[in-house]
Amino acid sequence: MSIIEAKGIYKIYQETKVPVNALNGVDLKIEKGEFTAIVGPSGSGKTTLLNILGGLDLPTKGDILIENTNLKALSSRQLIDFRLHNIGFVFQAYNLIPVLTALENTEFIMELQKVSKKDRMKKALELLKAVGIADKANHKPGQLSGGQQQRVAVARALASQPRFIIADEPTANLDSRSTNELLEIMAEMNRKYHSTFIFATHDQRVMDKAHRIVTIDDGKIIGDETFERR
Amino acid sequence: MLLSIAWRNLWRNKLRSTVIFTSIAVGIIGAVVSDGFMSGMTDQRVDAAIANEVSDIQIHNPAFLLNGEIQYQIPHAEKILNKIEAIPQVKGVSLRMRTSAMASSANAGAGITIYGVNPAAERKVSDLYKHVIQGKYLSKKEKISTIIGQKLAHKLNLGLGDKLIVTVTDSSGNITSGAFQIVGIYKTANDRFDEANVFVNKKNLSNLIGYPVTTGDEIAIRLKANSQTAGVIKILRRIFKKEISNKQIVVRSWDQIQPLLKSMISMMNYFSYIFLVIILAALAFAIINTMLMAVMERTREIGMLMALGMNKRKIFSLIMLETIFLSVVGAVLGLVISIFIINHYATYGFDLSSVAKGLNYIGYSSRIFFRVNTNFYITSIILIILIAVLSSISPALKALRLQPATAIRDVQ
Repeated sequence: MSIIEAKGIYKIYQETKVPVNALNGVDLKIEKGEFTAIVGPSGSGKTTLLNILGGLDLPTKGDILIENTNLKALSSRQLIDFRLHNIGFVFQAYNLIPVLTALENTEFIMELQKVSKKDRMKKALELLKAVGIADKANHKPGQLSGGQQQRVAVARALASQPRFIIADEPTANLDSRSTNELLEIMAEMNRKYHSTFIFATHDQRVMDKAHRIVTIDDGKIIGDETFERR
Repeated sequence: MLLSIAWRNLWRNKLRSTVIFTSIAVGIIGAVVSDGFMSGMTDQRVDAAIANEVSDIQIHNPAFLLNGEIQYQIPHAEKILNKIEAIPQVKGVSLRMRTSAMASSANAGAGITIYGVNPAAERKVSDLYKHVIQGKYLSKKEKISTIIGQKLAHKLNLGLGDKLIVTVTDSSGNITSGAFQIVGIYKTANDRFDEANVFVNKKNLSNLIGYPVTTGDEIAIRLKANSQTAGVIKILRRIFKKEISNKQIVVRSWDQIQPLLKSMISMMNYFSYIFLVIILAALAFAIINTMLMAVMERTREIGMLMALGMNKRKIFSLIMLETIFLSVVGAVLGLVISIFIINHYATYGFDLSSVAKGLNYIGYSSRIFFRVNTNFYITSIILIILIAVLSSISPALKALRLQPATAIRDVQ
């Protein structure tokens, strides 16, 4: 059964005098445990699609079902709560909370989920260890390199035990070494815990790791290839 | 963690936060110290008025209050006096003989109020004896003596040992005069009081105007603590219920005797609060501006928090907490500095001798001892928190209007 099902998704931005059709009828299914890359040129609609899949934005037309929950049917408050319990995010610019330590950043979502202090501390430390950054647990983002910050972001995304993780250009600001290390960590999480990852990327190294590549252009899916796990 | 994030966010832009803390602190210092000054000034005036001029409570014949004629005496004054002395809160009671008179010297004359007093009893009621700057206070031993204010002495060109001629209406309605030797000159902070009030031994005034020495038209009561005034007034009205209902006597507190003083206290308080509100209103704009900047700078971060699943209530609370912290830190800083300043001037006084003449003319001392006004501190803190909460609404609403996808995309 699909974990995500996008049916006939259109997204039209009316922010300017000329409406912008960011998505033009996208149909997409994502299965549990996939490691999928959505690729395409700039302005093709990757990020828009990712935002809609992640419940950050709603389609102008069409439905987005996450394990039978239609996100369009949810109120704003329900949508926020749904994201909290079901979706993990990794952003291009890391987007950690600058005043919190790596450990606190990882704990943050669990606190929003009302996990007890003891449990969230234990889980956060485990995750930081899993992403290889336990020794920096008490460092604030400003004291970490880009690669280290992105690892914390991955740990944070996993902390809420989401159904899937949305990663928008997660390697765009990283050097080759950090990119390879981060991808290896995410691939390991995917293998080990069967975590579902959906990337929007330009990065060939991400595409090389993905076992499904969805190509999008002009707001339409123009290619969908599946590979053996690499 | 929300508290922790809000508190730590405060220190992200140290310069900006410090500027706001300082503005709030300076504003609070301005408001609280000026209140300390005004309260101190008012209190000193009230204390001086009670101590030297009116005492805490006075009793008169109601008819005396209407026309001030000495014939309207207090019936059975001695009996009343004894009953008042038995009240535990009472420090002293003095039965006075008070009348309007003309005081004159060889050079000039002036309208005055002359008080015939028992010096020993009067010392317990009035602190005037402490303000004698030349000579000495009245005593039983002195013969036909008087103490007058320095201002009157200057006006009449009189000094110690000189004779003051007093002209009054006696019990038969005739004009009569007597000479009193000046044994003391007093000076209070109130020039107009010093210019218009003359004190003599009651026995001497009694001889001059022909009323028995045991009678009087004014009973002045001084309490152990001024705060007991309302309570003692109630007791007196109960004890002398019959006399009061028969319109033989009327009991009045110091603020009824000098209503201007009471309205002055209310007015000063009112001004202090208006001043505080104006300062806080001005600060509110600075706080709103700072927090709006903070929200706009953190658009992506707030968008990220929303994306991760932080609900609107928590986003609102976060911005509100930051604003409250920002305001309260500044306020606490301002209050602590204010307390130091007020305590310093409460101990050593604030010297205004350069304008002493003007202040003395309207009854104020030229050295102002600031007063620590706990109520004002508490009100200030409550108002600051209120202002902080109100100031946080606009930035917090701005934060709530952000759409996570847009907020993250706009800056990326």
